Amino acid sequence: MIGAFRLHKAYGRTAVLEDVSLDLAAGQCLALLGPNGAGKTTLLRIFATLLRPTSGELAVAGVDALRQPEAARAAIGVVAHGSYVYEDLSAIENLRFWTVMGGGDASRGRLRDALQQVELDAVAGERVRTFSAGMKRRLGLARVLLGRARLLLLDEPFTGLDQQGKKWLSEFLLAFKAGGGALVVATHSFGSGLGVADRVAILAGGRLLLDRPCGDLSWDELRRLYDSLTEGNGAVG
Amino acid sequence: MTAYARRAWIVLWKDLLTERRSKENLNALLFFSLLLLFLFQFALGPDREGLRAALPGLLWLGFILAGLLGLGRSFMTERDNDCWEGLRLTPGDKSAIYLGKFLGNFVMMSAVEVAVLALFGLFYDVELWPVLGPLAVVLPLGTVGLAAVGTLFAAMTAQVRARELLFPVLLLPAQVPLLLAAVSVTQAVLLGRPLAEVAHWLKLLAAADLVYVVIGVLTFEFVLDA
Repeated sequence: MIGAFRLHKAYGRTAVLEDVSLDLAAGQCLALLGPNGAGKTTLLRIFATLLRPTSGELAVAGVDALRQPEAARAAIGVVAHGSYVYEDLSAIENLRFWTVMGGGDASRGRLRDALQQVELDAVAGERVRTFSAGMKRRLGLARVLLGRARLLLLDEPFTGLDQQGKKWLSEFLLAFKAGGGALVVATHSFGSGLGVADRVAILAGGRLLLDRPCGDLSWDELRRLYDSLTEGNGAVG
Repeated sequence: MTAYARRAWIVLWKDLLTERRSKENLNALLFFSLLLLFLFQFALGPDREGLRAALPGLLWLGFILAGLLGLGRSFMTERDNDCWEGLRLTPGDKSAIYLGKFLGNFVMMSAVEVAVLALFGLFYDVELWPVLGPLAVVLPLGTVGLAAVGTLFAAMTAQVRARELLFPVLLLPAQVPLLLAAVSVTQAVLLGRPLAEVAHWLKLLAAADLVYVVIGVLTFEFVLDA
């Protein structure tokens, strides 16, 4: 689903990503760990075609994402900090807007089904302004469900969620993966997202320091490795 | 309806619905226009004849100043919750977004202009009924150009830090041909002259509208991705 080769991103003389290469197959989840400022969001934005790397190659869903970003975008779903919601529209109106913009079928029944899947059907007609951060996140996921995304990129998706919200999100991501979708979950919080991941990658100082299957390492080993690799190697620049 | 038209329509629907609920822009613009009327009256004094001569210019100055405020804020909703980024990620021709935003701005500005025009008539004792027909030609023509170029520049400046400064600096020079033509035609209309006498100005307005809308449609994708 993703084939990234020697991605490099620099702002002037400051490199924020250096020679990052990784592959991700359909039905796989990659947990991208790293301290604040490690370059995780930059890498996700490059995968999402929102940012062009300074050099390197990137294929998304079999498409050269640097040459044909429009073609790649049809396969990409993003759940970032902002959730992409309009505060003065209701939940169902937000879904209608983004579904039509994505060229999909925005029939009421379909929108209702998506809201039911993210457990927001009871508040379908309420303005998003009244929603909590967790509810907005779920609405963002409903938007992804209505699209044709096969690759889901999530930036700190567990931040601001309570235990129940985290559990619900993990189940949602597992179901997405089971349906053949690929996931990249970027987080600075060590524990979050690992329950869903098949592989773990550690990014620090703009470099990919580790990329291994989760089964190769115990929780404690991973923790120790993470601490040793990221110590004094956090923010870039 | 084609996918392109549906996307332009949904952007227009979203903008008008958001505005109807928040009333952020419309209320502020109407209040601002009212203040302008008072200011013009104080600046020009009690000389009614002088005021009437300056009326077309004042009218369009009022529209443009209100437009500066309204158009400059038209992409603010896209900045909240990273919706701008969401729009960039939508597949398909991005000019549909521009058309939707442009039409939304046109409707908003037209609503403000109708209110301002009524207030002008009331404040300055101008008989507007006999000239409503010709005004219904010139006002939309001027507003299309203002909204077309304003929407594009608002998008260009929405993501920069000094947008409040940059937006009028870009917009006002681009409005000069529109302003010249619109004021000349409005003056002729208020004096009761037939539109045929100012056909050359009307042609200039229509041509400027066409050029601005086409430039907006062709360049919006690059503006959105910049």
